[in-house]
Amino acid sequence: MTAGAAVPDAAGYFGSYGGRLAPEALMSALAELTAAYAEARADPAFQAELAALLTGYAGRPTLLTEVPRFAAQAGGCRVFLKREDMAHTGSHKINNVLGQALLTKRLGKRRVIAETGAGQHGVATATAAALLGLDCVVYMGEEDTRRQALNVARMKMLGAEVVPVTTGSRTLKDAMNEAFRNWVSTVEYTHYCIGSVGGPHPFPMMVRDFQRVIGVEAREQIMQAAGRLPDAVVACVGGGSNAIGIFHAFIPDADVALLGCEAGGDGRETGRNAATLTFGSAGVLHGMRTYILQDADGQTLQTHSISAGLDYPGVGPEHAWLKETGRASYRPVSDSEAMHAFSVLCRTEGIIPAIESSHALAGALQLGRELGPGGVLLVNLSGRGDKDVDIAGRWFGHLGNGSPAQDLPSLTDSPSTGGGTAGTGGGTAGAAW
Amino acid sequence: MVSAVSAAFEKAAAEQRAALIGYLPAGLPSVDGAIEAAIAIAEAGADIIEIGLPYSDPLMDGPVIQEAVHRALTGGTHVADVLDTVRAVAGAGIPTLIMTYWNPVEQHGVGTFARELADAGGSGLITPDLTPEEAGPWLAAAASYDLDPVFLVAPSSSDERIGLITSACRGFVYAASLMGTTGARESVGSEAEGLVRRVRAHTSLPVAVGLGVRDGKQAAAVAAFADGVIVGSALVQRLLAADSPTAGLAGVRELASELASGVRAGR
Repeated sequence: MTAGAAVPDAAGYFGSYGGRLAPEALMSALAELTAAYAEARADPAFQAELAALLTGYAGRPTLLTEVPRFAAQAGGCRVFLKREDMAHTGSHKINNVLGQALLTKRLGKRRVIAETGAGQHGVATATAAALLGLDCVVYMGEEDTRRQALNVARMKMLGAEVVPVTTGSRTLKDAMNEAFRNWVSTVEYTHYCIGSVGGPHPFPMMVRDFQRVIGVEAREQIMQAAGRLPDAVVACVGGGSNAIGIFHAFIPDADVALLGCEAGGDGRETGRNAATLTFGSAGVLHGMRTYILQDADGQTLQTHSISAGLDYPGVGPEHAWLKETGRASYRPVSDSEAMHAFSVLCRTEGIIPAIESSHALAGALQLGRELGPGGVLLVNLSGRGDKDVDIAGRWFGHLGNGSPAQDLPSLTDSPSTGGGTAGTGGGTAGAAW
Repeated sequence: MVSAVSAAFEKAAAEQRAALIGYLPAGLPSVDGAIEAAIAIAEAGADIIEIGLPYSDPLMDGPVIQEAVHRALTGGTHVADVLDTVRAVAGAGIPTLIMTYWNPVEQHGVGTFARELADAGGSGLITPDLTPEEAGPWLAAAASYDLDPVFLVAPSSSDERIGLITSACRGFVYAASLMGTTGARESVGSEAEGLVRRVRAHTSLPVAVGLGVRDGKQAAAVAAFADGVIVGSALVQRLLAADSPTAGLAGVRELASELASGVRAGR
């Protein structure tokens, strides 16, 4: 299969990745969802309803912003940010949940469930459920419900029930396990609104389609603004939905490099990372065959990232395929590199990015220096950093006992590499997309 | 060749009763302790033993089995221990299968896993997150090593899917009694009997019902319409609740004995 082939195939495979490795009890619902989504995708009325919500409610199209003061730190190339941080609820997650919530109504179901870690997808799902009058239950690791108490409150204000998950490692993957368990017993009236391009077919394809709008808009906008296609498109990758969203429209443009930035955490040596495509291997998790972080027995490993949204031991199967075909490349970005880029964007452009998106910004700083002046980079700013003020404030010493875990970088400094275990900032594992 | 599991169903059928199938994860309370418990359950009247392969993400299991496999994993149970457990239990003359999520088998190598399972005297695999469409390499390996592939059917399965699944099964068909995860329940889903009837329209294989059975009375009720009664969480709960390995053994022996009377009282 080449990068130009229609993917996934009818069984949900992107090359050898994807598929539907799920319990028989869910097969009927997955088949029903596949059929309903195929109908909806071809139905102008559905597409019009979704488009109206995206423009009139979510705030699309989002801006494309050139960031010259940031770019000066990136080898002097031109850098453009796709501003998903400006979308309603503060990240790209809204694109997907509006699509799936409309589909839930179309399926005649009255309840949605979702998994979340830091709470961005949970908040987006609760938002869409409030808008469309659906019951909403969000599964979240118990540890994260404490750490992200404000997002728990947001979800509750929006009318959702938040269920703390106390099993396993009490992180995103366990929240997802718990959501699957609930779905098996409530599937008759419940839709499982998966938050990333993972899970059994048709989720990786469907969520990609709902996020594809990011790249479609950005491609037009950058042609307008720069007069040409970018040399590279850069995005962070946890499960991979914002990355697929911005990559997809550029896949046929062979001269445009696609770079995914994974959570390198503390580095490879410590094992404290979530760089699935860089350090993982092929396996099966959460209904899909993809790259996963696992031991020799196939047990899922514990992950770590300062960014809750990237802290997941699997990745969407289309990314595994893009890696294998060589169409996209992936590199790990450490916690400290990401926090350096976070600070640079704050202080050069007055934009506080999500820590997830800061991994992409760090990748852009590296890639820009590799490209040099004359290069054009498109970076997906997938979310805003309001949710991360506490973590970042502690990392830089603005909060807490006043002793900074990391010195503020001077703008010409290179980030310290690896080993950035901030006493308070580094321990934010567990979490979500 | 007829597997030990198939022979056990034939023997139960000849006795005009359903077979009793007991589940325990390997490594709980220890590798040796699980072997002793499995043998105790068989001595108390179980016809077949399922050894669970402890897995980090058991998304079809309820709280009891989640806790059990968590303890087994933190106790250091590896795939090699699971195969050793099968060797010991099957070696005691007990028909034995492994119940496992798919990733550990794939990482071990499907062919290697099948060969080692056959060498250990195991009869086959029950695969709760693998359906026949995705099972090509496993079905080939099962044929090579004369192992039973056992897939699940659910109340939500269409007749078309029941046909597909039953044609891929050997040994028996595992019918999930309800839409949900493992765990003892007040009553076994009323959907179970209808599901068994639908399965019988497609196959002459024995049909065993699992999920939710916790006592002799329920075992008798299920035995009235099924060829096998599968009990997991209720047995595992006895091990979890015991304050010593000896008490755990006594607990599972007592429950297995009650369940064995149940399947004999069902018809």
